[in-house]
Amino acid sequence: MIEVKSLCKSYGAIKAVDDLSFTVEAGQVLGFLGPNGAGKSTTMKMLTGFLVPTSGTAMIDGIDAVENSVVARKKIGYLPEGAPSYGEMTVRQFLTFVARARLIEKGEVRTSVDRVLEKLNLVEVKHQVIETLSKGYKRRVGLAQAIIHDPQILILDEPTDGLDPNQKREVRHLIRDMAKDKIIIISTHILEEVQALCNRVMIIAHGKLLADDSPQGLISRSRYHNAVSLVVESAEKVASALSELPEVARAELSEGELILFPAGQADLFAAVTRAINDNGWQVSALRLEAGRLDEVFHKITRGGAST
Amino acid sequence: MNAVNNVMRRELSGYFATPVAYVFLIIFLVMTGIFTFYLGNFYERGYADLDPFFRFHPWLYLFLVPAISMRLWAEERRLGTIELLFTLPLTTTQAVLGKFLAAWVFIGLALVLTLPMWLTVNYLGDPDNGVILAAYIGSWLMAGGFLAIGSCMSAMTRNQVVAFILSVVVCFLFLLSGLPMVMNLFNGWAPQVILDGIASLSFLKHFADISKGVIDLRDLVYFVLMIGFWLLATVLILDLKKAD
Repeated sequence: MIEVKSLCKSYGAIKAVDDLSFTVEAGQVLGFLGPNGAGKSTTMKMLTGFLVPTSGTAMIDGIDAVENSVVARKKIGYLPEGAPSYGEMTVRQFLTFVARARLIEKGEVRTSVDRVLEKLNLVEVKHQVIETLSKGYKRRVGLAQAIIHDPQILILDEPTDGLDPNQKREVRHLIRDMAKDKIIIISTHILEEVQALCNRVMIIAHGKLLADDSPQGLISRSRYHNAVSLVVESAEKVASALSELPEVARAELSEGELILFPAGQADLFAAVTRAINDNGWQVSALRLEAGRLDEVFHKITRGGAST
Repeated sequence: MNAVNNVMRRELSGYFATPVAYVFLIIFLVMTGIFTFYLGNFYERGYADLDPFFRFHPWLYLFLVPAISMRLWAEERRLGTIELLFTLPLTTTQAVLGKFLAAWVFIGLALVLTLPMWLTVNYLGDPDNGVILAAYIGSWLMAGGFLAIGSCMSAMTRNQVVAFILSVVVCFLFLLSGLPMVMNLFNGWAPQVILDGIASLSFLKHFADISKGVIDLRDLVYFVLMIGFWLLATVLILDLKKAD
């Protein structure tokens, strides 16, 4: 379990992290979401003991990440932003170094290294020097060193940044596989990633926590939540006709699509289908909207800023 | 101790994975040769000792040791691996010691590779091998002092060139602190205690003492304290500003 209480980090007058408090339990995959410079990485650096907070505490399984940093670090696997590694070493040498530093027993070092090489599909490049590898491989080497000691807590700073779509998929798959009964914290500014991976999202901007919810919960805050969009012939006429329905609060036309917003808890979709059937409109697409995360994100991070 | 050993082995293997180690070793050996035979008049002197060899070590170290030490921490900062290193379960002290020892062992290796010099002098004459051994130890200790200074300067910046220049300047001051050109700056106005203090900080003086073949406890303590002080400063600087 991770317990963070009123964590602050200032650089001079700039507050990078401002009074952050939260608790993460086992089994949670928590996504830090926020614009660049929001304080996501700074928070992670304090959790992993790399940075000392200006004030506040972070407890890792009941161990203070500052007072007892070295003990707390043992419980964590960490992928720093950009997946830094010692470029002049081969993949195998590097992972062996990390395994030893992670206090894996002498007899186990080899098997641990082999295990993560296998798990991250690095076997064919294990004797290659890291700096000659592609970005995708380097990222996987970074992930391999983070999980080599099978930590209970995994903190990954932008794990899929700079990867191609296939590699992103692979990494997400891997993270989801490990998620059971671990704590995983990832930071990202890719919204789809949060939906695909996390069961909890914290939106952070200007160092402040602006929202803490499940992805579904966040999406339901969207004004598009339960809206119905359709593509129809003579859309304007249809729009004015549908606006008359008691279930429709408002109708909007955008980019050839007609979007209907629900009034209250009414079953808009059923009402709209009924109206379509009754009037015989030529509908080529009809969709119930779940909500749009990018819109919620924009609303929260812009609305929450003081400027 | 395992953590120190692990960091040291990684660092050492890093030297040999890049041209750094080979370039350094070759230049060190060539330079010691040139200094000994041309500037030191090794043959013409007619003495069977290694004084012309050791006499130039402080000046060689002045430029060669900062070339090794400049990357110790500046490189970690530049590549971001410092974040990786300091989120592993090891203390700053262990990391600083491990990296320092790697560089020190490496310079020790460079010294071992000058053994043909010792063989030569033993072939030509009948030198006092005790004195030579003491001088080797003194030279290695002095290299440790230079390295510790360099480690501290390297911890201050992410730029290796800056680290190199800072190290050379600070090492130069410590080399010269006993010589008249520095002492004259203080003569006449500073009290004798300070004059003695400055003079006793000189690398040259302590190295000269040891290389005469007398390993005095005071000279040993001097180098150990010197190394300890600058490594402690390295630890403090790293703890104060790990990021950026």
